Amino acid sequence: MEKFRFLPHTADAKFQAFGRTLEEAFAHAALAVCHLMWAPEKVQPTQEKVVEVDGRDLKQLLVAFLEEILFLFETDDFMLAEVADIQIKRQEKPPRYQLQARFRGDRIKEDNEIFGDVKAITYNEMEIKETPEGVSLQVVVDI
Amino acid sequence: MELKKINDFIWEIPPRGKMKVPARIYASAALLESVRRDRTLEQAQNVATLPGILKASYVMPDAHQGYGFPIGGVAAFDEKEGIISPGGVGYDINCGVRLLKTEYRVEEIRPYLERLMNEIFREVPAGVGKGRKTRLSPAVLEEVLLRGAEWAVDNGFGSRDDLQRTEEYGRMKEADPACVSRRAKDRGLPQLGTLGAGNHFLEVQQVAEIYNPDVARHFGLHSVGQITVMIHCGSRGLGHQVASDYIRMMEDAFGTSHLADRELVYAPLQSSVGRKYYQAMCAAVNFAFANRQMIAHWVREVFKRVLGSNQGIDMVYDVCHNVAKFEIHHIDHQKKRVCVHRKGATRSFGPGREEIPACYRQVGQPVIIPGSMGTSSYLLVGTKEAEELSFSSTAHGAGRLMSRHEALRRFRGETIKRDLEKQGITLKSTSWKGVAEEASGAYKDVDEVVRASDAVGLGRLVAKLSPLGVMKG
Repeated sequence: MEKFRFLPHTADAKFQAFGRTLEEAFAHAALAVCHLMWAPEKVQPTQEKVVEVDGRDLKQLLVAFLEEILFLFETDDFMLAEVADIQIKRQEKPPRYQLQARFRGDRIKEDNEIFGDVKAITYNEMEIKETPEGVSLQVVVDI
Repeated sequence: MELKKINDFIWEIPPRGKMKVPARIYASAALLESVRRDRTLEQAQNVATLPGILKASYVMPDAHQGYGFPIGGVAAFDEKEGIISPGGVGYDINCGVRLLKTEYRVEEIRPYLERLMNEIFREVPAGVGKGRKTRLSPAVLEEVLLRGAEWAVDNGFGSRDDLQRTEEYGRMKEADPACVSRRAKDRGLPQLGTLGAGNHFLEVQQVAEIYNPDVARHFGLHSVGQITVMIHCGSRGLGHQVASDYIRMMEDAFGTSHLADRELVYAPLQSSVGRKYYQAMCAAVNFAFANRQMIAHWVREVFKRVLGSNQGIDMVYDVCHNVAKFEIHHIDHQKKRVCVHRKGATRSFGPGREEIPACYRQVGQPVIIPGSMGTSSYLLVGTKEAEELSFSSTAHGAGRLMSRHEALRRFRGETIKRDLEKQGITLKSTSWKGVAEEASGAYKDVDEVVRASDAVGLGRLVAKLSPLGVMKG
């Protein structure tokens, strides 16, 4: 199964991410964001960070989740390599989504090339489609 | 889509559906064609539906599709009934341009150009993930957020005269660091005094042409071949985080179901979250002013080291092109205090406005419009007519035409560098990919953009500046 795919967009970067579950699609979206800045498969997963975010709906949750990548990179020089143990919980009243995951990655090193910048995750053209076959997400990020 | 032609450079979409005012586009026929190709006009119409919008939703000549508001979008809102929207400012709060003039001439610096660029490249951190070697302390950051370029000058970066020649005198007084989240501050700490990446750049340029010698002289430009320095950057991760934080807070306070586009989320200017966003935005504006002030200082140091003197390296001006501000404008012959959003648009006050420093008040404010990498940039002057036309606003740059993805497919960083070298332009960058993405072929023709601005009267041409050395973030 394809994990993610980049689509043309004039000023920014747009991608779709896919998964059998919501969790898997979110994790693949995280990899897509990394691919705009570095090659996650070349980063050694020597460190682990626990990520916990929440949101009033799935879109807000997705923005908050992907923003963690930028936040950890800019404040802690942390380059994400892989997402593990991702879990999304839904609370009914009031509606609230909570996400927990482990980010594995490494500190910025000379041999890890950084080739792009992502300023922010946006709601622009964001889509979250859940079907019996699986989940697809569409995200535009400001670069 | 039906567009009403007002004249060769002015087009209008009359109000329909939920639009409260028309959308008005300032563009030549050629620029209009590219504007029509993406979602710019749809976004301008969405802006026209927002509560308290006054006169029109404006589209500048360099506009392209953004998120929520178009880039190159201007909208003013009633102080009492109106709203404020982070999407109307942009993620990079106070992304802006600073122009310095020198008394050096092109033939004097030619032999030293390579060294000059190398040393600037070493002195000014640029690129992704590049912070300063020494981090700010949190207490100092509070000062920066509160006092902007004033803080920088008080700490040895430049002179008081620089503040005179900065929009808002380098400090928005409504800034409240307490409205900026811990997360935003954490992102800001390692990034003060850095250029960033993307389309941000620093250029050593020469005056290539002077269109209006009288105004040019007011701005410190007197002859073709005179050297200038242009710095284009913003508030870095701190500003991005302020935008993200308040988008979320506004969603939580007011919901999202009423929005045509979620990036258009807004808060009434009179609401608590609306006021707090404004105060946080002002703090991010100050961060960016301090950032450009520090970078300008290091550039002066390098000039001194390489060429022996930095005498006469003075500011022309420093403009914001992503900001919301309260300004007095005349509407139906009445003075009104309004909140003007300029997203990818430059303020262009004409003669007489008290917001511009005494030294420029006779002629109007300098308007700095950077080109794309390796192409010319322009200096314009604000006009009286712009008050009536666009709440005193004009374009902010070339405007993107092609996706970065497409640019990467078509251009190679190494080839671009070689081509620029053939034209006598030195290029420094941390990333070949970044160079390819910012290829001038991926942008609109900035010459056409400033011609349109001049023809409509949004800002009049003063001088053309062409690059000698380019440092890309």
